[in-house]
Amino acid sequence: MRERRDTLKNPEQELRIFRVRSLLAVLLVFAMTGLLMGRLVYLQVVQHEVYSTRSEKNRVRVEPLPPTRGLIYDRNGELLAENRPTYNLTLVRERVDDLDATLTLLVRLLELPDEEAEAFRVRSRQRQRPFQPALLMSDLDEDQIARLAVNRHRLPGVEVEAQLLRYYPDAEIMAHALGYVGRINAEELETLDTGRYAGTHFIGKTGVERFYEDALHGQAGLRKVETNARGRVLRELGRTDPVPGQNLTLTLDKELQQLAYELLDGRRGSIVAIAPATGEILAMVSVPGFDSNQFVTGIDVASYRALQEDIDLPLFNRAIRGQYPPGSTIKPFLALAGLVEGVITPDKTIFDPGYYQLPNDSRRYRNWLRWGHGRVDMERSIAVSNNTYYYSLAHDMGIDRLHDSMSAFGFGQRVGHDVFGESTALMPSRDWKRGRFNQPWYPGETLSVGIGQGYWQVTPLQLATATAVLANRGQWVKPRLASRIGDDPVPLALPETPADIELASDGWWDKVFSGMEKVLSGSEGTARRTGVGLDYRMGGKSGTAQVFSLGQDQRYDAEELAERLRDHALFMAFAPLEEPQIAVSVIVENAGGGSTHAAHLARAMTDAWLLDDEEPDVEELREAMENDTGNVAGN
Amino acid sequence: MALIDLTRALRGHPVRPPQSGIARRRTVWERTHLDPWLLAMLLVLMLAGLVVLYSASGQRLEAVVAQGIRFGVALVVMLLLAQLSPSTLLRWALPAYAVGLLMLVAVELVGDMGMGAQRWLVIPGVIRFQPSEMMKLAMPLMVAAYLSRRELPPRVKDLAVCALLIGAPVALIAKQPDLGTSLLVATAAVFVVLLAGLSWRFIAVLAGLVAAALPVLWMNLHNYQRQRVLTFLDPNSDPLGSGWNIIQSTTAIGSGGLFGKGWLQGTQSQLEFLPERHTDFIVAVLGEEFGLAGMLAVLVLYLLIISRGLWLAAGAQDTFGRLLAGSIVLTFFIYVFVNVGMVSGILPVVGVPLPLVSYGGTSSVTLLAGFGILMAIHAHRRLLPR
Repeated sequence: MRERRDTLKNPEQELRIFRVRSLLAVLLVFAMTGLLMGRLVYLQVVQHEVYSTRSEKNRVRVEPLPPTRGLIYDRNGELLAENRPTYNLTLVRERVDDLDATLTLLVRLLELPDEEAEAFRVRSRQRQRPFQPALLMSDLDEDQIARLAVNRHRLPGVEVEAQLLRYYPDAEIMAHALGYVGRINAEELETLDTGRYAGTHFIGKTGVERFYEDALHGQAGLRKVETNARGRVLRELGRTDPVPGQNLTLTLDKELQQLAYELLDGRRGSIVAIAPATGEILAMVSVPGFDSNQFVTGIDVASYRALQEDIDLPLFNRAIRGQYPPGSTIKPFLALAGLVEGVITPDKTIFDPGYYQLPNDSRRYRNWLRWGHGRVDMERSIAVSNNTYYYSLAHDMGIDRLHDSMSAFGFGQRVGHDVFGESTALMPSRDWKRGRFNQPWYPGETLSVGIGQGYWQVTPLQLATATAVLANRGQWVKPRLASRIGDDPVPLALPETPADIELASDGWWDKVFSGMEKVLSGSEGTARRTGVGLDYRMGGKSGTAQVFSLGQDQRYDAEELAERLRDHALFMAFAPLEEPQIAVSVIVENAGGGSTHAAHLARAMTDAWLLDDEEPDVEELREAMENDTGNVAGN
Repeated sequence: MALIDLTRALRGHPVRPPQSGIARRRTVWERTHLDPWLLAMLLVLMLAGLVVLYSASGQRLEAVVAQGIRFGVALVVMLLLAQLSPSTLLRWALPAYAVGLLMLVAVELVGDMGMGAQRWLVIPGVIRFQPSEMMKLAMPLMVAAYLSRRELPPRVKDLAVCALLIGAPVALIAKQPDLGTSLLVATAAVFVVLLAGLSWRFIAVLAGLVAAALPVLWMNLHNYQRQRVLTFLDPNSDPLGSGWNIIQSTTAIGSGGLFGKGWLQGTQSQLEFLPERHTDFIVAVLGEEFGLAGMLAVLVLYLLIISRGLWLAAGAQDTFGRLLAGSIVLTFFIYVFVNVGMVSGILPVVGVPLPLVSYGGTSSVTLLAGFGILMAIHAHRRLLPR
């Protein structure tokens, strides 16, 4: 029975079952299709806007076109900062069949140590999207590029990419004046106009590069491109070309700059030279310098630490941030202040017994010549650098008038027109001292100021600027580094130039000049050895800055300590006297007793600038300097 | 000429079968055993598919020509299979199934790796062939053949046999791994069993078992398969990786709006944002370029084809024919549902093409072969002994 039922077919029932089931199936089919349709309505009608926007974003990508940074030239058109094409090695992993083999081959071709392969592997993973090239190595040399080119067919997915990088041909001597560009950091990014800087990776960090960042950078362009999902550009939809940065012509003279650097090379110090009539900075060096090109690509930690911890402070721009007691170099300015204030006349004399005493005070303030210079007038006070004359002058003026009249020469303020990061240094005053130490001003401190010591500190740029103003017979010029931005000259008349200094008689200028000339050419002049064989009339003033303290965290051995405790040698000068074309300040740190060090360097600078046929022999000069040490006493 | 025939046939041919025994001039449809309605709709679908394919392939005419040639081959296969009598099919069921199973085992042992999965059987220089594709037809054929000899609704013993028949090849295909095809093969067979009258209680039990087996299945999934499921649940969890496909395809469809961006104007499609846009994801191109209107038109076309197919299946004279035909049609629908569902983001991504629209030869041949069998069942019904 059961057997039979198994084989017995019931077509009617089977058909009925099938019909019911297929009807259910049809219903299910319609229901499921309805579900799909509902989903489509949701996507294409309800959410249409959302997806429409998303697809639009998907399609069009705006790519920045970074502008080419402006070049920087010296006054003679010598290139100081250029954009050098560098070659980077990149790799697109999606296009590489066998990553290991490719990396091994690359390391072999580039003749790198085997460990590099691992570094390459790590770098090859650094990308966010498919088909984005990963940077394996930057700044390939020509040899490497050639070897990669020859083996190109064996290296699918490997590309050599060109990129413009800032390059400073004379990095060492120009580093401080020019500054440098570096990668934009997070802080800068916050304040940056992102539209203008789209696609730009570098920004001026210091110096001219920083001050003229706006002009040098230019304006980023854009191009709209259609891309596929992997970011590959299919075609360009439109573009706005970038506006390239403007070229910058500086007032610096590369040769003079080079000379200044060589003069100081191996020492520490600064030389600033200014054209008095215009304020053009002809040379501005701080020694030691450093290779600013290292900072463009990003300096490695070890090198940076080495630079930072170097006791010679190569990263420190002495020319504008170095603060030195001006010493006797400020005596001509004080004489002028005395004339302006009516405290002295050119003919007024004092008697110098070798010291000065304040009324009701037993303390003796000494002249550098123990037995005194005897009767001293203004001219002689400058030539022999008499201290007593200036103790008296300072005392008669008082700190308030002293402060104001020295400020008129730019001391204690930023003087540069386009100098980035300049220090104000310090022109002390009663108010300053109260604010700083909450102490009254003592009369003895006025006397210190009178010989350029005490709290008074100047930068080499300030000293050179004051010298230029003096050489101009009181007419102010602000020192400047740029003469032309693009094709536009930087106007000579600058806003916010301090007031000119006026004397009652023009002849008084000649008296001060004469005193300064005698420093070099007079029989008693403190720098008379330097003045030997001058082909033009030159005025100058020597100075010695006492080093009274060292930084607390600096530790040197005894010998080193002794060397670094020696006085700084200073000199300021201008020439020719009749129509000054160059004003210069020189500071040689720890050059020891004897202003001749600095004076020789100043003379070398004026020689180089005024006597165009003669190349000064730096070596000979250095030798003369060494032999001269201590020959001329005093400051 | 053919067109005139076609229109005449469409006008004149009755949907109901002609009376048997009455001498009457046989139409071209009767002689070729083709169903003109079904054929017409399939041709419209294929034509629409070629239009979309031209756009989806990046306007490469070669792709369209190649696909056209495949359609031609597939149509020939359909025509040939339509000539077979159901009794022949019944006889072929076991051999076809056995050969298919053997080839799946062969693939497992010596198969060629393609796209990271072992699916291909290669006789060097002769043929490159996916046995799993053949199983899509051999499987329902076998199950239908088996059940048609049993008393229906099927009993437990019959169901156990069916489970074995289904389980072996499905497991082998899933192991390749090809989840999409294994699901389709299983579905085709399960439809046969369901149409045969599987009791509702049993269906409930099976559903419970499947639900219970899900964790086990999950454990046995390949990583990329799990990833697909996870991505389906939250595409934005990996927008540039495995979520990419689904984000891009929904964006393409959604941005199409009511009437689409126009043919060849789909930015998602033309700019290669869409992955596999001429194969599994081609419906996204359709949705983007032709909008909701285009999508609904195609879905309605599918519905018509399925309705006509089920109508033909219902008209079959014996159980074997009905079960096989019904399964073929419903499986066809599953293709559509899974593909559109996955591309529009309501189903996880499984490798199922949009039938007769996606680029690819094997699936077109299989599908049209299935319709050939369907037509054979329909055309030969009166020749069968009662």
